[in-house]
Amino acid sequence: MVQSTAKKKKAGNTYLTNFVKGFIRENPIFVFLLGMCPALAVTDSLETGLGMGLLVVFVLTLSNIVVSLIKNLIPDEIRIPSYIVIIATFVTIVEMLTEAFAPPLYESLGIFIPLIVVNCLIMGRATSFASKNTVLMSAIDGLGMALGFTVALMLIGFSREILATGAIGYGIYLPLPVEGSLFNLSYALFNMEVFVGPAGGFLVIGIWLAVFNAIGQSKQRKKEEDRRRWIEKKKREAAERKRKKAMESAGGSA
Amino acid sequence: MSMTVFFVAIVSAMLINNVVLMRFLGVCPFLGVSKKSETALGMSAAVMFVMVVGSILTYLIYYFVLEPNDITYISTIAFILVIASLVQFVEMFIKKISKKLYKALGIYLPLIVTNCAILGVAELNIREGYAADYGIGQGLLVATTSAIGAALGFALVIFAFSSIRERLDAANVPKAWKGIPISLIVAGIMALAFLGLEGIV
Repeated sequence: MVQSTAKKKKAGNTYLTNFVKGFIRENPIFVFLLGMCPALAVTDSLETGLGMGLLVVFVLTLSNIVVSLIKNLIPDEIRIPSYIVIIATFVTIVEMLTEAFAPPLYESLGIFIPLIVVNCLIMGRATSFASKNTVLMSAIDGLGMALGFTVALMLIGFSREILATGAIGYGIYLPLPVEGSLFNLSYALFNMEVFVGPAGGFLVIGIWLAVFNAIGQSKQRKKEEDRRRWIEKKKREAAERKRKKAMESAGGSA
Repeated sequence: MSMTVFFVAIVSAMLINNVVLMRFLGVCPFLGVSKKSETALGMSAAVMFVMVVGSILTYLIYYFVLEPNDITYISTIAFILVIASLVQFVEMFIKKISKKLYKALGIYLPLIVTNCAILGVAELNIREGYAADYGIGQGLLVATTSAIGAALGFALVIFAFSSIRERLDAANVPKAWKGIPISLIVAGIMALAFLGLEGIV
């Protein structure tokens, strides 16, 4: 009884870790650099980034489920083509649904909706995860990874939009405290239009990657320092003990 | 139809609407295989071949199979299948005729299936409506020319980028920026340079 609940708890934990890993530790864009094309092309605002992310959530979750359902039926030689057909089918469904229910999103994403087929993230998860794991695990993995992808797209879209236009997403501007006053400042003065263009995508992703690298490196350094300090402490203690022992034995003989 | 149409198609696909820096197609191989200029050249040769043949085939399939039967909505599935089987075929063909060429290009061919530049150019050829502008026959010529231009643009940019990255390896870059981050900044500056070509045609 006790054992079974412990097992359940552990299983729940693995589900949770499986879901959460896509957000930070194995983020598709910032760690694995997968799916860079949409990450650069459709992130000129928070809105389009979010839209692209949601389409990928749909496609990746469903394709992971289907791939893991039929993983034992597919011969190894034609694995990749059959995965591509599965993914392409879901992309076509998504494309038609977007055209019907969200025409503005369909317009702004344009050619990048059919190109979800060749998004390396989806193919990568199909071959490296869904073809080896159970249906539930694959579904959770797909959902978590795709949501991590969405968060990354939104982060990039948000930074590009705020640098280029001063808006914080969906065309909303925060009130500027000095607007219309003595200095007559407005957002138009600080707009850097380069960030909405193609160059901005590369620059923003490069800067974010460097920031995450710096955080990771400082954490690593701290860990190393802690370890070194711990080793020194142990060494000192051992030396102390040795000296004490030597003194004791010297006292005993004297 | 005069020659200027082809010239404009090549220049616009190669420089002004560069696949990598302006349209963001094929960024994965652009970042992935650009560490050495040799591998970059190999990759761009393979891409050039598959892109040109692939866009001819997909164009023909779209206008002679999908459109008459009114099933254009499955174009994405049809295109990716054509490209995947074309890559497979090219791989077997090259293996048969030349071991040397296979050794040089072989490792890049499987990667090309998931190169979004190939599928992207095939889709763009349809979306730009060359067939409506020039008729299906001449539209094929324009589509092929712009595929050649796009492939040349890909080769140009990936070769320049790999040469810069070779120099960057020796440069004293801050620790956090080493590797991909500084390469992305370089790509951003290259995109800025290409922005200057906008409006030539």
